[in-house]
Amino acid sequence: MPDPSVSPLPSLSEHRVDWPDRAVASLVWLVALLVTGSLLWIVGDLARHGAPELSWSFLTDSPRDAGRAGGILPVVVSTLMILGICLAVSLPMDVGTAIFLAEFTRTGGLLAHFVRRSLDVLAGVPSIVFGLFGNAFFSIYLGMGFSILSGGLTLACMVLPILIRSTEEGFRSVPDEYRKAAAALGLSQPATLWQILLPVATPGLVVGLILGVGRALAETAALLFTSGYVARMPSSVLDSGRTLSIHIYDLAMNVPGGESNAYTTALVLITLLLMINVLTFWIADRWLHRGITHR
Amino acid sequence: MNDKSVSIDRRPWTKRPACCESRDPCIEVRDLSVSYGGKLALRDVTLAIPLGCITAVVGPSGCGKSTFVGTLNRMTDLVDGCRVEGRVELGGHDILNGRTDLIGLRRRVGMIFQNPNPFPLSIRRSLTLPLRRHGVRNRRILDGKVEGILRRVGLWDEVKDRLDHPALDLSGGQQQRLCLARALVLEPQVLLLDEPCSALDPIAGGVVEDLILSLRGRYTVVIVTHNLAQARRVADDVAVFWVRAGAGAMIEHGPVESVFDAPRSEWTAAYVQGVHG
Repeated sequence: MPDPSVSPLPSLSEHRVDWPDRAVASLVWLVALLVTGSLLWIVGDLARHGAPELSWSFLTDSPRDAGRAGGILPVVVSTLMILGICLAVSLPMDVGTAIFLAEFTRTGGLLAHFVRRSLDVLAGVPSIVFGLFGNAFFSIYLGMGFSILSGGLTLACMVLPILIRSTEEGFRSVPDEYRKAAAALGLSQPATLWQILLPVATPGLVVGLILGVGRALAETAALLFTSGYVARMPSSVLDSGRTLSIHIYDLAMNVPGGESNAYTTALVLITLLLMINVLTFWIADRWLHRGITHR
Repeated sequence: MNDKSVSIDRRPWTKRPACCESRDPCIEVRDLSVSYGGKLALRDVTLAIPLGCITAVVGPSGCGKSTFVGTLNRMTDLVDGCRVEGRVELGGHDILNGRTDLIGLRRRVGMIFQNPNPFPLSIRRSLTLPLRRHGVRNRRILDGKVEGILRRVGLWDEVKDRLDHPALDLSGGQQQRLCLARALVLEPQVLLLDEPCSALDPIAGGVVEDLILSLRGRYTVVIVTHNLAQARRVADDVAVFWVRAGAGAMIEHGPVESVFDAPRSEWTAAYVQGVHG
């Protein structure tokens, strides 16, 4: 006897459309298309307005006429120097702190709790505040003035929270089995960290790195106070230097007739960002395979 | 998967090999109690594990079998809030002593876990990494040891052409044999096996079980198992653990034939006959 409270089994030959099911599926597709579409739209807009002016000489000349003419070579060089200093300082601190948080204080402890809270607060601090801090501390107190060094160090402070939390997640996602296996083989903690945990945690580090580089390259406010906006070719890290973002800001806001070069610079910035992303993934991939191919 | 290099007499409790006759203890456990965060998990275990023999630890879930085995190489140190009391003597030295060299201890006492856990490295590096860390640097010696140990666990013919491929590409049974090789390559005295076959299919499990039997005499083996038939096939001694008054305890220990055929405890009798557990 079939249970009368349950509807009878449907016939298999009659296909019925499940409208709520379709609606949800369409919505999900729509949202995904919207996100991808807006990215493509931005890149397309940049390419349309920026590509006509883009040439080899744009990349190799110095700006003339306040940036309306000429190229952006000193700006690219300053940008890469600031980014280099930022990463050289923040990466070692990132890996060290993440290991401390994820491996040495796994279950908590007052210091770890305090460090974590501070990082969360720092991650939400507006960049202009980092700029003021960098100006007061690096530029004035430590006497670095408006310099690439001061700007790079300020950016390092700014991206550290993002880097550390992401790398920490990377370490936490490493299965405990690896730690147990390593301990049972009598491997020391440094060997375990370096040979096994770090390669496995690398994807987390890479995600943090890409977010951090993105934030650093996009930064204008914090750098106006620290690295300044001199568009000359820097001769050392103690010279002031203008980054791509500041150049775009300056051309778009302060220089009448600078819009077209602002677009072209933005195109260069986006391309640089994409290149760094691809390079980061490539290096991380090599690093991951290091353990497999090397003897 | 069939492993011709290891052929074992699988009749239950045939005559013990000579290595086991002496019954000299390799590990002596006295009044061992373990608690996690103040909750007692194991109470007053006292037993001697004979040199060169296979001792099976059996019992229902949650009776402290894995905890017991974990104290023998101090893996319990990795667990926060774990407190171990009593004595565990290996070669006359109390390993629970705070001054014990843990790296040396874990080199002497190897361990295999329930789920195969090879590192995300190549097959070759899975074996050379522990060797290098314990001081073997010569490339030729390393290569020789890799081949020797892979032959020992019957993996050589299966993997000799892909030593530099990821160990995680191997099948579950092969991974477990690689883990066994990784432990054996350090030439330990004692091997702890925490349910080594229970995550494998029956055929792969059988291959690993044959390997375990082949270790008898060369190593002192302690194997945790849920599988009573397996305990009966491989073990010389059996320790039966049970939950008593909220904590794990050892209720019976002795040669496999007496525990299975003439158990002293009624709990053991019911358990080995499949009534309980």
